[in-house]
Amino acid sequence: MTAGEAPLFRGEDIACRRGGHELFHGVGFALWPGDALLLTGPNGSGKTSLLQVMAGLRTPSAGRLDWQGRDIRDDLAAHAGRLHHIGHRTGSRAILTAREDLLFWSRVRAPVSRQRCLLALARFDLLHLRDLPVQALSSGQQRRLALARLLAAPADIWLLDEPAVGLDLSGLASLEAAVARHRRSGGLVVIATHTPVELDNPVRGLELDRASGQVPEHGS
Amino acid sequence: MHALANPTRFMRLAGAVLPWTVAAAAVFLAAGLWQALVVSPPDYQQGETVRIMYVHVPSAWLSMFIYMVVAAGSASFLIWKHPLADVAAQAAAPIGAAFTAMALATGAIWGQPTWGTWWVWDARLTSVLVLLFLYLGYIALVNAFDDPERGARAGAVLALAGVINIPIIKFSVDWWNTLHQPASLTRLDAPAIHSSMLVPLLLMVAGLFMYFLAVLIIRMQSAMLVRRSRALGRVARGTAGSRA
Amino acid sequence: MTGFFAIILRELRTGLRHLSDISAVLAFFALVATLFAFGVGPRTLGDLAGGVLWTAALLAAMLSLDRLFQPDHDDGGLVLLILSPVPLELVVLAKVIAHWLTAGVPILVLAPLLGLALQLPEGSLPGLLTGMALGTPILSLLGALGAALVLGARRAGVLTALLILPLVIPVLIFGVAATDPANGAAPVLFLAAMLLGALALCPWATAAALRQSVL
Repeated sequence: MTAGEAPLFRGEDIACRRGGHELFHGVGFALWPGDALLLTGPNGSGKTSLLQVMAGLRTPSAGRLDWQGRDIRDDLAAHAGRLHHIGHRTGSRAILTAREDLLFWSRVRAPVSRQRCLLALARFDLLHLRDLPVQALSSGQQRRLALARLLAAPADIWLLDEPAVGLDLSGLASLEAAVARHRRSGGLVVIATHTPVELDNPVRGLELDRASGQVPEHGS
Repeated sequence: MHALANPTRFMRLAGAVLPWTVAAAAVFLAAGLWQALVVSPPDYQQGETVRIMYVHVPSAWLSMFIYMVVAAGSASFLIWKHPLADVAAQAAAPIGAAFTAMALATGAIWGQPTWGTWWVWDARLTSVLVLLFLYLGYIALVNAFDDPERGARAGAVLALAGVINIPIIKFSVDWWNTLHQPASLTRLDAPAIHSSMLVPLLLMVAGLFMYFLAVLIIRMQSAMLVRRSRALGRVARGTAGSRA
Repeated sequence: MTGFFAIILRELRTGLRHLSDISAVLAFFALVATLFAFGVGPRTLGDLAGGVLWTAALLAAMLSLDRLFQPDHDDGGLVLLILSPVPLELVVLAKVIAHWLTAGVPILVLAPLLGLALQLPEGSLPGLLTGMALGTPILSLLGALGAALVLGARRAGVLTALLILPLVIPVLIFGVAATDPANGAAPVLFLAAMLLGALALCPWATAAALRQSVL
């Protein structure tokens, strides 16, 4: 499937600095519809920063990123519109209910129906908690609530930074099912994780280590 | 300007220029003070107290000029990412604040014999007071972050917001002043200045300007050294970490 | 536009659930005005009323600024807002509108009552209200810039006031001038001009400050 066609999302020779010190350089990737990219590497190797670079949030110190052959820097707002970024902190307001929180973060992205939000809550087994304030949810439930945004508002790229932290087995299964469905419909997923997340083959790997430079790329 | 963009070249150039700046400041200030305190005549109305003007007026001018330097440095840091511009802006601000404080203090000392009171809410003095607050806000903001880079950028945005506001503040304070004070108050330095007063005034302006340049260079040099030592410390820690 | 209104709605909802925050700002507003009454004595109060109300309103507005961006900065929502398809300048504008509705408008409503208590001259009330209706949005706009600049700083609260209060001196001057009918329409027109200027420039500068604060 990778032959012939140009990749949908590609990064070339990316370098990133944080606090005046280089995290990595020479990093590249190429993703076609339905691809999953697994970021691995020790703590501090720059996985979170690379995800922020992919989101257009952080400017790389070298290299470029293309979406359908066009530099994402040309239109960062459009790039932001085609991605979901789930980071360590979820951005949920403690005082709002689960349903209000999901509806808000989805409507910021697209005019989403209430029905669709309820469906997303159901997929992550939160429907019975929908009218509880976020502060009454456990950290695993709050994580599920953040992941439900992936299903409520559609986006081409999912950038997931340690999405499985705090999830129980059923939560992990919901996440894996959501990712599989997203990929079958042609979406891209980039995951940085230390917790094993079951992904359908083929999975591309990108290993960041502190020496950087050499980036093995392989299907597993 | 681009010759100065390179930090190493700046350090070399600054080292060469600094002695000349210090010497020029010393010469101009010595000549200016001699002219101001000895040669120039006392004012026929204000007597000897008029000599405060030779410090007060240059300080007030420099306080405004230095804020423009801070704003210009901030703009070129934000827009062209000039690596020395934020160093210059941050180095200039405390000097500007000192000149502003000096203008206020000399204004008060001058006001006592002239107006019979240490402080009047005169438009000019009030504007300078607001300028001091702008300086203090900028300095506090730049130093309020653990990450110096973040402080530099926040300070730069604030300096630009301030420079856009200064004309509005100036205008509103003038307007407020005409509202509350009858226009009978004579402006002190508004009437044409006689040449016997102009010469010492210009010498003092030149001397204090050279003094500003000298202190600016010294402060920039030390800021660059601090930055370099911080970078070296990080490199040393980094290599130790990867060996372990 | 759905996103723009969603942000306003969410801020209003949060604000109304934290009603004690709004009432604390109003209580502070009334308290400062009362302090002036005790400080200068009741006899000369009428002449000062306009200035006292405006000063108290400025100080009260400063207190409410930390809820503009601080919660989003703390819980990671700011990153998501930056990564939303809504332009960040519009995000700022939505937040400013919500802030004005939950801080500026309550101050505007309480001001005439405090004016009565402070013996504000009869003819001054229309000028006070017009001035405040134009001036409080400027406070929200400039305050947003201050609140964005101090994100992540130590002692952020004091710092915001130190940065913003000098910049709002013109608002104070023209706002107080508007309470005196003898000054005619000029102060109100100046306030309107400043509001337009702030509306054009502040969201842009605030967005720049917010972008730097998340990395």
